[in-house]
Amino acid sequence: MSGGALLEPFTFEFFRNGMVVATIAGALCGLIGVYVVLRGMSYIGHGLSHSIFGGAVASSVIGINVLAGAAVWGFASALMINGVTRRRAIGGDAAIGVITTAAFAVGVALISVRRGFSQDFDALLFGNVLGVERSDIVVVALVAVGAAVVVFLGYRQLLFTTFDPEVAETSGVSTARVDALFSLVLAMSIIATMRILGVTLIAATLVLPPVVARMLTNSFSRMLLLSTGIGAFCGLVGMYASYQLDIASGASIVLTGAVLFVGVFTVTGTQARRRLGHAHL
Amino acid sequence: MNQALVALERVTHAYSGPPVLEGVTMRVDAGEFVGIVGPSGSGKSTLLRVLAGSLTPVAGTVTRTGPSRIGYVPQVETVNWDFPVTVSEVVTMSRTSGRWLPWSSKAEQAEVATVLDRLGLGGLGRRHIRELSGGQQQRVFIARALLRQASLLLLDEPTSGVDVRTRHDVLHLLDDLNADGLAIVLTTHDLNGIAAHLPRLVCLNREVIADGAPRAVITPDVLERTYGARMEVIEHAGMPVVFEGGRHHEDATGTVAPVIDIREGAR
Repeated sequence: MSGGALLEPFTFEFFRNGMVVATIAGALCGLIGVYVVLRGMSYIGHGLSHSIFGGAVASSVIGINVLAGAAVWGFASALMINGVTRRRAIGGDAAIGVITTAAFAVGVALISVRRGFSQDFDALLFGNVLGVERSDIVVVALVAVGAAVVVFLGYRQLLFTTFDPEVAETSGVSTARVDALFSLVLAMSIIATMRILGVTLIAATLVLPPVVARMLTNSFSRMLLLSTGIGAFCGLVGMYASYQLDIASGASIVLTGAVLFVGVFTVTGTQARRRLGHAHL
Repeated sequence: MNQALVALERVTHAYSGPPVLEGVTMRVDAGEFVGIVGPSGSGKSTLLRVLAGSLTPVAGTVTRTGPSRIGYVPQVETVNWDFPVTVSEVVTMSRTSGRWLPWSSKAEQAEVATVLDRLGLGGLGRRHIRELSGGQQQRVFIARALLRQASLLLLDEPTSGVDVRTRHDVLHLLDDLNADGLAIVLTTHDLNGIAAHLPRLVCLNREVIADGAPRAVITPDVLERTYGARMEVIEHAGMPVVFEGGRHHEDATGTVAPVIDIREGAR
């Protein structure tokens, strides 16, 4: 492949926009995903994105701003998941299943009743990285900065609440408030990145980077940095690969993460077996 | 009389069935070292959570007086040992106020190093918590409580699942901390290895059965009412030693007799 062919996609503005937004979205999901995975709520990304889709449809029917309606719907769903998990003997996975599918079903029911929407929901369902505009980049960048500020300023409270919520509460941390703030950041992150990655693929971008990072470190602070970097790397490389290989960009970003996962899983597994072998000699 | 750090008055708590604690009245004073013993399901951990403030009882009052900071050390079985967190990260996470930057200042780093050294964990700050021995793991969580300058340390089964030497080390460490003025309350199943060595014991089986010094509390009658099984008690080197294997006893009425308060100068 010639150098010109390698650099060709960068001559297109839509590609440059897509690359920037995919990188920021990947970093954002990698950062937030650390808390999602360590709280044992890996499917919350999948569930919330479906729930937010329901909210978008409902907002369209009611005639209010789709993004604002979806944001409120998503935040309310995340709060309800936290509330149900805290107050009843129901696991987080079951709470996610019940609340987000119900919220999604509302959207499906409304679509089946009211046909002929002016709103196009394809981008929400499947993502459209190449269709992003500068305003989309600004929205994703603002949410990413907001999430980074929350994680930076609330670092210890978030870590304490994630690792040991009961002791955190007795140590003066308002875990309910921390959970609510995290729910808000998570919902905003999903809404901001949903148009880019799509409802169906967003869960993978929340889960793959932290899982790969976890295999590389035993430190929480390093896991946060690594996961953010891995997310950004998957967005960048995945976008570029999607152009060169002519495959859908969302799928390409997720597959980049999956390849990284297999590679790191294989290498760290081999190293662990070697250490075990030396220990037994 | 010493200053009470926490006082419970007729505290009752239930989760979603019958009460696990009923009419519990007790207080923990500054500088005390108290053990709570009782069979599984007797409400020991619930009582500890009420003392810690993480559970609000359904009835009764909990009064905290003075500038009491509580350090809670959970059962090691409840800790997620796969969580990616180093010893230093566990210890510093309790410092949630007074610093808004994620990383530690030099002064805080020095403070952490001092606490870790004191607990025999010097040089282990960068290790993952799973890489430590059982006794070291227990001490990491004690270090977390100490860093937040707790005046009352609550430990849930601090010696469960550890060997005799580790149990001995943990008990000595707690004794040293108590000698420095830290009030300690722990739950334990170990009557001979732990409970008999403490200055004050609370025998619990949903209600407080007895509260006082081990020599006065560890008696066949109190143990039978606490555990529902007959146990023999002999005295060895001035301390009570419990032998299990006596006649099994079940209280057909399910009623529990009034609290036996046998402390010297009982309140």
